Amino acid sequence: MDIVLQQLITGLGIAAVLLLVALGLAIIYGTMGVINLAHGEFVMLGAYGAWVLNAYFGLGLLASLPLVFLGVAILGWLVEKGVIRHLYERPLDTILATWGIGVMLQQIVRLTAGGELRYVQMPAALGHSTTILGVDVSAYRVFIFLTVVVLFAVTWLLMYRTTLGMKLRAIVQDRSIANCFGINSGRVFGLTFAYGAGLAGLAGALVAPLKSVSPEMGTGYVVDAFFVVVLGGVQSLFGTVGSAFLLGELTGVIAYIRNDTIAKALVLLAIVVLIRFRPQGLFAVRVRS
Amino acid sequence: MAIKRRDFLKATAATGAVAAAAGFPHIWIKDYGLARAANGEIKVGVLFSLTGTTAIIEESLNKATILAIEEINNAGGINGMKIVPIVEDPASDPATFADKARKLVVSDQCVSVFGSYTSASRKAVLPVFERRNNLYWYPTLYEGRECSKNVIYTGAVPNQQQDEFIPWLFKNFGPKFYLIGSNYIYPREENNYCKKLLAELGGEVVEEEYVPLGHSEFSSVINKIRSTQPNVIFSTVVGDSVVALHRQYRSAGLDPEKMPMASLTTSENEVAAMGGDAAAGHFTSAPYFMVHQSPENEKFVEAYRKRWGADKVTHFVSEPSYFQVYLFKQAVEKLAPSDITPENIREAVKGEEMIAPQGRVRIEPENLHTWLWPKIAVAKSDGQFEVLVESSEWIAPDPYAAYPNQQCTASGLVES
Repeated sequence: MDIVLQQLITGLGIAAVLLLVALGLAIIYGTMGVINLAHGEFVMLGAYGAWVLNAYFGLGLLASLPLVFLGVAILGWLVEKGVIRHLYERPLDTILATWGIGVMLQQIVRLTAGGELRYVQMPAALGHSTTILGVDVSAYRVFIFLTVVVLFAVTWLLMYRTTLGMKLRAIVQDRSIANCFGINSGRVFGLTFAYGAGLAGLAGALVAPLKSVSPEMGTGYVVDAFFVVVLGGVQSLFGTVGSAFLLGELTGVIAYIRNDTIAKALVLLAIVVLIRFRPQGLFAVRVRS
Repeated sequence: MAIKRRDFLKATAATGAVAAAAGFPHIWIKDYGLARAANGEIKVGVLFSLTGTTAIIEESLNKATILAIEEINNAGGINGMKIVPIVEDPASDPATFADKARKLVVSDQCVSVFGSYTSASRKAVLPVFERRNNLYWYPTLYEGRECSKNVIYTGAVPNQQQDEFIPWLFKNFGPKFYLIGSNYIYPREENNYCKKLLAELGGEVVEEEYVPLGHSEFSSVINKIRSTQPNVIFSTVVGDSVVALHRQYRSAGLDPEKMPMASLTTSENEVAAMGGDAAAGHFTSAPYFMVHQSPENEKFVEAYRKRWGADKVTHFVSEPSYFQVYLFKQAVEKLAPSDITPENIREAVKGEEMIAPQGRVRIEPENLHTWLWPKIAVAKSDGQFEVLVESSEWIAPDPYAAYPNQQCTASGLVES
């Protein structure tokens, strides 16, 4: 029983990281239809941001989170205004454009910060383990979990309880009609992309103390994030949560019973099979056509 | 414009002749591929990834190699001849490794190439050196089980890292080992050898498991470690996974005093990447540590930091990258300029000895691997190691230690 509980909680920890990384991608993909292959690089930039603020300005991780969010969001906004905006009519071309941006960001970081691995200090108060329901878990993972809950709530409120969110949903339903009603879709998309990028940066800063920080680190995350978003069904925030939870628990349990190599393979297989029978994703919202 | 048939034939013939001359130089240059030390210069290849995933570590190997070459040249070269390094970047990709190796050997006519870190890249360049009978100098620790007369191996093989380490861990911590490695050939071979040693000691493997290369989510592994309660976690995880494993081990509240990680792959380089606090209390076995006390090492560390930056660390793969260039020099010194060929260098380096930063090393004539001085050390929070045990004897390389019926000899692999 203990082991089952322990594994469920571990799975939650994995799911939290997955959701954290996927949330920004889900918003951008789900609402704007932009397949953002530079998402992993935004995650990477967030991690480097936390490292720079820590190593050069002596800022602790917690204090650097808002700055990282803001910095990467501004960069995202610039990317949207500079590149993405021109490709709204050609969504498939965004794949190539964002991939190129990702490669450039990677190389810029490599040229300025060097190829060495970096590390971000874990907040001292969270660097121990704690007991939940009789199970030992890392305090930092609990912190990530709680942060994800908060971020998700904020995102949901933004999307469903603010004017900006309402405008965004209107644009998603029918862009030209929304424009006719005087919604400035360019401005809304710019802000949405910036918010999604900022979330990715936040994710990078938050996972940095658990993992290593390198220019290539984003590649793995973008793959995981796409798994979550595609499985969850685009345009569905709760779908993203559901699929992150499912993938996290699945990975945790299989990795515990067998090992991580098999977990990775089986999870991928599960996604392929599920997508075969539910191409719209597990939790797709019904859309009028 | 019409092309006349005669002009066309002429042009074709001329192009063909030029192509033949350029592409097959040995048909028109006498002794092509033999006299390679022309104009008082000795060309060597330096083949370490400066971009891509393993650039993180290979950059430091490139730096150690270049440092040694510069030192030798500044001190007057080899018998008055300068070493000319031709640096290529194979970008962490085995196929590119093979291409660049071919370029260095065929068109640059290097008499030797120093290079590579991963076993995958070594396997990729091996055919190039064997077909051209050239010489490759490989500085990395590796899994053994290779027997080529075209590679000089200056890193440790399993028996050199484990023979002393496993019994020491067994004695100090207990019999239950948890084996965790990255999923490829090196960790599997090292673990095979570890299991063999443990079986002799009466130890027990509670779990043997492999994670994908680049894996960074160790929470399930850590749960398994918690529930199996081993005495030692024997890790052959490589690359950035080392960082993730150590950091997550620490944040999970596991205690190195009770359940330390013992690794063959965690050097000063990896420790710098994870932070001293995450590494402190864990053990590594290797022939070289930066803190090793010897005049040769002091000189090496000082020169390295002076050339590449005061914050840089040396480690047990960069040290062989450095001393193998000196062994190359000693071998070439014995040859007349017209005799400098890869084959002659190989014959000359057999049995060659020198005092490296780690102590006296020697190339074993039988299998072209190196006699080394294994040490056991514990990581400290300042990012350096403290050497706890130094091998009292010089350990001979035995690349087939886990396979008692096989032996690597000068004439190739012998099975009994």
